Amino acid sequence: MPYPKLTASVFAVAAISTTAAFAQSRDAIRIVGSSTVFPYTQAVAEQFVNNTGAPSPVVESTGTGGGMQIFCGGIGESHADVTGASRAMKASEFELCQKNGVTDITEALIGFDGLSLAISRKNDFGWNLTLGEVYLALGAQVPVNGEWVDNPYTKWSDINPGLPETEILAYGPPPTSGTRDAFVELAMHAGCEELDYVATGGFDGDWVEENCSRMRTDGPFVEAGENDNLIVQRIEADPNAMGIFGYSFLYENMDKLKGVQIKGVEPSIDTIADKSYPVSRPLYFYIKNAHRGVIPNLDAFIEEYMSDDALASGGYLSERGLVPLAEDRMQTLQDNVLNGQSMEGPAG
Amino acid sequence: MTDIPSGAVARPAMDKVRASLSRRHRRQFILQALGVTAISLAFLMLFILLASLISSGHKAFTQTEITLQVFIDPGEIRSERLPRGDFDDVLAAALVAHLPSVDPNDRAAMRVVGGILSNGAQFQLRDRVVADPSLIGQTIALRVPVSDPYDQLHKNLLDRTTPESQRRLDDTQIAFFDRLNGIGAISTSVNTGLLTNADSRFPELAGLKGAIVGSFWALLTCFLISFPLGIGAAIYLEEFAPRTKLSDVIEVNINNLAAVPSVVFGLLALAVFIGWFGMPRSAPLVGGMTLALMTMPTIIIATRAALKAVPPSIREAALGVGASKQQVVFGHVVPLAMPGILTGTIIGLAQALGETAPLLLIGMNAFITSAPPTPFDSATALPTQIFIWADSPERGFVSRTSAAILVLLSFLILMNAIAIYLRSKFERKW
Repeated sequence: MPYPKLTASVFAVAAISTTAAFAQSRDAIRIVGSSTVFPYTQAVAEQFVNNTGAPSPVVESTGTGGGMQIFCGGIGESHADVTGASRAMKASEFELCQKNGVTDITEALIGFDGLSLAISRKNDFGWNLTLGEVYLALGAQVPVNGEWVDNPYTKWSDINPGLPETEILAYGPPPTSGTRDAFVELAMHAGCEELDYVATGGFDGDWVEENCSRMRTDGPFVEAGENDNLIVQRIEADPNAMGIFGYSFLYENMDKLKGVQIKGVEPSIDTIADKSYPVSRPLYFYIKNAHRGVIPNLDAFIEEYMSDDALASGGYLSERGLVPLAEDRMQTLQDNVLNGQSMEGPAG
Repeated sequence: MTDIPSGAVARPAMDKVRASLSRRHRRQFILQALGVTAISLAFLMLFILLASLISSGHKAFTQTEITLQVFIDPGEIRSERLPRGDFDDVLAAALVAHLPSVDPNDRAAMRVVGGILSNGAQFQLRDRVVADPSLIGQTIALRVPVSDPYDQLHKNLLDRTTPESQRRLDDTQIAFFDRLNGIGAISTSVNTGLLTNADSRFPELAGLKGAIVGSFWALLTCFLISFPLGIGAAIYLEEFAPRTKLSDVIEVNINNLAAVPSVVFGLLALAVFIGWFGMPRSAPLVGGMTLALMTMPTIIIATRAALKAVPPSIREAALGVGASKQQVVFGHVVPLAMPGILTGTIIGLAQALGETAPLLLIGMNAFITSAPPTPFDSATALPTQIFIWADSPERGFVSRTSAAILVLLSFLILMNAIAIYLRSKFERKW
């Protein structure tokens, strides 16, 4: 056999045999998804290993969107079993799943996470904003004198004379982050709808979706990357800057940061749970039912996730900042998930 | 015959030289001063980096622990139910014995008391009882880590003067801890767990074992691939390949390859190794193969330089006594070039050890609570572990991140020291 052919066939054989070698069974559960759900899944994974002695699940923080891409890639050993999400699965993602044969998915709403606007304790103003003011400070386009124009405001006092005369500056997550999606939906859209211009102008939800989803890009809003700790450090260093991140980061840094009140309500476990703090979002995870009973220990892992020890109020997830569901909803959730109820597909 | 006195010609030149002398001295002085400034600035930066790492990292090398007399209550732990049992209640009971103000039947208060101990304490107790079930019904001394907020308190990282509502621990919790400290139950020891535990959600239990083992597997794979391939390519190019346009093109490409940003190799690995070949995500094997792609050009360049440095007289002498080209290369040139080759290889591997971006892309930044037994199992590596810890909300991870960076730096210094040692020990001067 001449040389190049020999080499080519050796490579081909090597490639095939490696593929074959890795197609064999895997014994660890693979979990991908949102960086917000990540700490909770980590806690469950660790508890699960300690309780059962099973091989350690592999938990990867890929972001909600990235997790969906991997999760919906297909059925089989090389695809993830569970993905976490800081928003419900989108219709486009559900279609992707269907297209790749992932048809039987169970959706689990595990609880809520507050999104907090926070500022350094060195700033001595008692911050109390409405969502409308938050939108006027950070939205790309705002109404000025009945015109929908690029955001002209640079100081808080421009928006409301009762606010300090300091530059508007907020650090927040980039568009790839589920936290950003949630912030846009819960704070920006809601804030936009509060404005007189929108409320009296007869604009509908689609208009709001189209025009109020963009954060401003002229400086006052800074995308600070997926690393929430970095945002915490930056706003610690600059007493006039605000930060946007998950409540658990505020909770861990209460000695240095304070939450900005929204309409007089401070973010806390209680106010997020009773919904009086408006910027809170649901956290989900999705299970690929075709993998149940195939991947070893997957069922046991889901049982641990669904146990009262983990989920109920006072459970170890609420100690990490998760705001649990009400008791009756949790009961339904546990039943649905353990029975592997298949989801219908998102409405939107 | 000439009577032009030499001095007459020389004098104007000498004057010129003298006139310029002070200027030249000044220039030399400025150059030296700039050099010294550059070096001092470089050292200052290094000093700032190390000082900030050590000042925040040194606290992670100790761990606050508590010693308890634990009565293993046969009512709570029955031998037939092992390894299940209410180990946390047993521990809380042992703690509450020292805290007379707490009512053992008040569940909320007991939870606060139990929170003093690390979550790992109950499993430590469980493992001891499982190993020796005859301990049930006895009282044993147990030394377990305290949980992160109390660890911070003991290390003075938690400021007692901040108002109670802004502290992680309220006044009662601090009073509990001070009482336990007062009776001598609290001690500080070297945090061996930092190197012997795998990752954990709880800072006081988290360690680098998984990352170190993962990095080891990845570097081993990287070495096994890049060392023979790199040396083979270099020997062929340097000793055998004819000088043609093609070999020039190859040479330029290898030099370019060495400068390609590592994230590109990560994307390549994601598409080829994981996408086409179906290799497992997060595995050190794939990480090592990716790192090999970027280490190989470094090894090729270093090896070629080492081969070039062997004097032609050696080759000519060997050829002169009738050795074949192959005998010359493997019998004489390569052995003499070996110290240089090894130095280049170790420096290439040290670079690979600190590489983060390609490993993030192939998923080696997962949370895994055990060390990988083989290169096929999912793992993290040292730099990606630092990345994960830097992004964790718990306060205890701040010092642990710095400590992990110090561990990574000591591995790098060790590898570079080996390279320097090999070079000075075996290098020959011609």
